[in-house]
Amino acid sequence: MTTEPPLRRTSLYDCHVRAGARIVPFAGWEMPVQYEGIVPEHRAVRTAAGLFDVSHMGELELRGQYAGQVVNYLITNDAGKLSDGQALYTCACNEAGVILDDLIVYRCSSERYLIVCNASNVTKMAAVFEKAAEHHCDFDNRSDRTALIALQGPKAFDILALAGSGAANLRALKSFHFRDAVVANVACTVARTGYTGEDGVEIFCPWDDAPALWTALTSLGQPLGIAPIGLGARDTLRLEARLSLYGNDIDETTNPIEAGLGWVVKMDKGDFVGRAALEAVKGKPLPRKLVGFEVTGRGIARHGYPLLDLAGKPVGVCTSGSPGPTVGKNIGLGYLPASMAEVGTRFQVDCRGKGIDAIVVKTPFYRRQA
Amino acid sequence: MSDNVPAGLKYTKDHEWAKAEGKEVIVGITAFAVEQLGDITLVNLEVRAGDSLESGKGFGTIESVKTLSDLFAPVGGKVVKVNQELETKPELINEDCYGKGWMVVIQVPDGGSPALAALLDDKAYAEHLKTSAH
Repeated sequence: MTTEPPLRRTSLYDCHVRAGARIVPFAGWEMPVQYEGIVPEHRAVRTAAGLFDVSHMGELELRGQYAGQVVNYLITNDAGKLSDGQALYTCACNEAGVILDDLIVYRCSSERYLIVCNASNVTKMAAVFEKAAEHHCDFDNRSDRTALIALQGPKAFDILALAGSGAANLRALKSFHFRDAVVANVACTVARTGYTGEDGVEIFCPWDDAPALWTALTSLGQPLGIAPIGLGARDTLRLEARLSLYGNDIDETTNPIEAGLGWVVKMDKGDFVGRAALEAVKGKPLPRKLVGFEVTGRGIARHGYPLLDLAGKPVGVCTSGSPGPTVGKNIGLGYLPASMAEVGTRFQVDCRGKGIDAIVVKTPFYRRQA
Repeated sequence: MSDNVPAGLKYTKDHEWAKAEGKEVIVGITAFAVEQLGDITLVNLEVRAGDSLESGKGFGTIESVKTLSDLFAPVGGKVVKVNQELETKPELINEDCYGKGWMVVIQVPDGGSPALAALLDDKAYAEHLKTSAH
């Protein structure tokens, strides 16, 4: 018999319940999966704005003279190129070159770095960073003290403009940059990042200040069509934008190159964990690639469904799949042999014993108008 | 919406409804099931008129954005009608699950009402929702 640890709640739990959320267990947390419904929430983010509670994600801080070197040794992208107030997306691999987690690394100063990791990986990544920091720099797992709210969508900055003069200036923030700002009287750190394919921000604030911020943004955004967004629409939004989901599309059995994340692997930055293994991967033809596909037959591909060649032989696996509410098609991601990864290649998805036609397409499935 | 449990219908614990009309039984899914599924995007009814169907056996699947659910026959008998419209308009189930969102009609040799005797009535089903769903 195994005993599950009790589920935890973010400081916004009561806000979610009041807003009529359906709550589900997710990565050890009780999180809202949907409020009004996945499709209307998805549309709200594409056409107006959505508010997401992502406080369950992990925040790790490294401080000290050598913090930058420690961080850069653990990640595949090059944090050495960051300036103060700039962030980057990266993988962290192990020595075998497979993905431990995907992260955003924020350079607050030359001696202070913030790492945001997936909720499901906080324990693992805290251990990895803490061990690497030993004797080199200070490590602080701030996850329990740090709330994170994402405000995403074409109206995101119009809503911030209503949240005080400090927040109004955030429109000038460049993509993947961040700074401290007072938003609706709450002292925050605001980053122009997101996980939806829309413009917007992710806002860090102290754990107990999140309800005030959430409530203020909700009422300020009301006339502009803001909606609270659950994990369900978060998944369809990120899938249309072809953003990887850890545990689905990438995990400890996949490397960044085959996952289409070669652009965050910087071989020219010096040594890092997994470098030798990834060099070997790069030196040979890839056996398989993560591709985007459209289901052209009557079916919806789901995580774990086998992908079949036209002779009906299993040759790959679907890692993410659902209807794409904005693209209006049933879409998915999956690993296929490199020989079948070309755009236009036809194959089938094994939908519970039925072979349903599909075709490899260009990604992202959805790209916002500039 | 989930408390929409019309009287006069019979229910399964898997959230199908069944309505007796003479020797026929009309089958669909309940408002509670619809609410749990969210926006329904695909209905696959895997039976045709003329097929025989055993009670409790799967007759198709229904998919929403997030999940796939199996559909189970509340009674056994001969399928006499299948709602083909759902193939192109799955949203009919969201809009009117007890009406235009019906799925199949099953002919029951001994008449609909006796065949449905074993199923839950509206009060028992409403009670089932209260005790199991929350």
